[in-house]
Amino acid sequence: MRALPVGERALLVELSDGAEAQALHAELLRRRASGALRVREIVPAARTVLLDGLDEPGHIGAELPGWDIPPLPPRAGTVLEVPVRYDGPDLADVAAHWGVPVAEVARIHSAAEFRVAFCGFAPGFGYLTGLPERYEVPRRATPRTSVPRGSVALAGPYTGVYPRASPGGWQLIGSTDLVLWDHARVPAALLSPGVRVRFVPRTSPTDPAAGT
Amino acid sequence: MTDHALAVVRPGALTTVQDLGRPGHAHLGVPRSGALDPPAARLANRLVGNPPEAAVLETTLDGCAVRPRRTVTAAVGGAPCPVTVDGRPAPWGAPVRVPAGALLDVGTAVSGVRCYVAFDGGVTVDPVLGSRSTDLLSGLGPPPLAPGAVLPLGRPGAVHARVDLVPQPAPPRELVLRVTLGPRADWFTAAALDTFTTRAYTVSSASNRIGLRTEGPALERACEGELPSEGMVLGAVQVPPDGRPVVFLADHPTTGGYPVVAVVRESDLAAAAQARPGTPVRFVAAGRRLPRRVA
Repeated sequence: MRALPVGERALLVELSDGAEAQALHAELLRRRASGALRVREIVPAARTVLLDGLDEPGHIGAELPGWDIPPLPPRAGTVLEVPVRYDGPDLADVAAHWGVPVAEVARIHSAAEFRVAFCGFAPGFGYLTGLPERYEVPRRATPRTSVPRGSVALAGPYTGVYPRASPGGWQLIGSTDLVLWDHARVPAALLSPGVRVRFVPRTSPTDPAAGT
Repeated sequence: MTDHALAVVRPGALTTVQDLGRPGHAHLGVPRSGALDPPAARLANRLVGNPPEAAVLETTLDGCAVRPRRTVTAAVGGAPCPVTVDGRPAPWGAPVRVPAGALLDVGTAVSGVRCYVAFDGGVTVDPVLGSRSTDLLSGLGPPPLAPGAVLPLGRPGAVHARVDLVPQPAPPRELVLRVTLGPRADWFTAAALDTFTTRAYTVSSASNRIGLRTEGPALERACEGELPSEGMVLGAVQVPPDGRPVVFLADHPTTGGYPVVAVVRESDLAAAAQARPGTPVRFVAAGRRLPRRVA
């Protein structure tokens, strides 16, 4: 663990991998909830956690390596089910990358349990980890100018769901009607860091079970 | 719509509603947003007796014109500019009474970039996650002003520490940004760190509410490869592959993948918001963590 100063009020804590970052993030949330830690923003990322709005970043930075941080329990909390139609335009490309028949993509993807490692890119866009390493895929060589809202997509080790229409270079494997971001709702984001997720296949848009 | 509102006659190049932003949601990918020059927004609010967090209009270079439906007290601060009410000159940086139906015109800035226009009672568009700010990166908050748009105004309440005149800093002729070394300074060569803190940069015309882009010598990386995405702070100086530093302003993304060479002091960012394209920029080492100078 390395705590790197970021300006006058922030610390970037670098961990050796994503699992450690997620465990530290959980511990930081616990300490903030208990009142032991005062900080404005706790922003987990691929293998770092940013603490912004600290009164004494140097003090926390010196203290952090001595913290006892329990590893993340593999299964804790409820699982958010995201209904998916596996009908994305890049399904065949992803199947080719994986070396499996097209129909296998849905089975492999829906068999995994995911966790929101961090957010970014757009409000409510979560970077979900959980697919085994051998299923990593590259971003598309040419990003699309508009990816429809609800697109379920893969890039690198991550799965994501576009919360609104936007440009994007991820490989689109499916779509969901679930509204992942609604600023008038509490919570606004269904995919916040730490949330566990499963993708549940739906066969077609007209399937009566394919509700929101 | 009640008469507690104003109609947009001329939106200008870019006029948005801003308050002090929506901190605390970076982990959801939501930028802080808010006025780029917060001291100017607070001063404009003081001139009309609003609390500092009331929402104001932030204009860009060529001002805006609005027609309030009730008599309002307005004040224009930030970048100096001509102000008129129904064509008659009115003071800048002081409270101005605008009768119902009259046209308040905030003219083109004579220096600086962004004017802040406050109205007694504040602009009361619906808040999103606790803030009325327009966030251009995420599309949260009200859209930028458009001709014919009508914005609700609050009812003037008990006057909140009103002042008649306040000193406001002049927009910078040269922008001096005090920096501390960033978390990824070691991704750059020692020569690049020296270049960064000793050479002249200028403000690029590609600057916006997301970032102050600069033109000048490119910073050479000490290591190639990609940095995994990580959290970004306001004032972070990110260096994209072209090597030209970008200072992150209020609408910056909350995570990013380019290395942060340095972080600008938050108190210096208001001046950055008022620096026109072409303004010279110097990044000056400050604080305990001085960049290592090479011989």
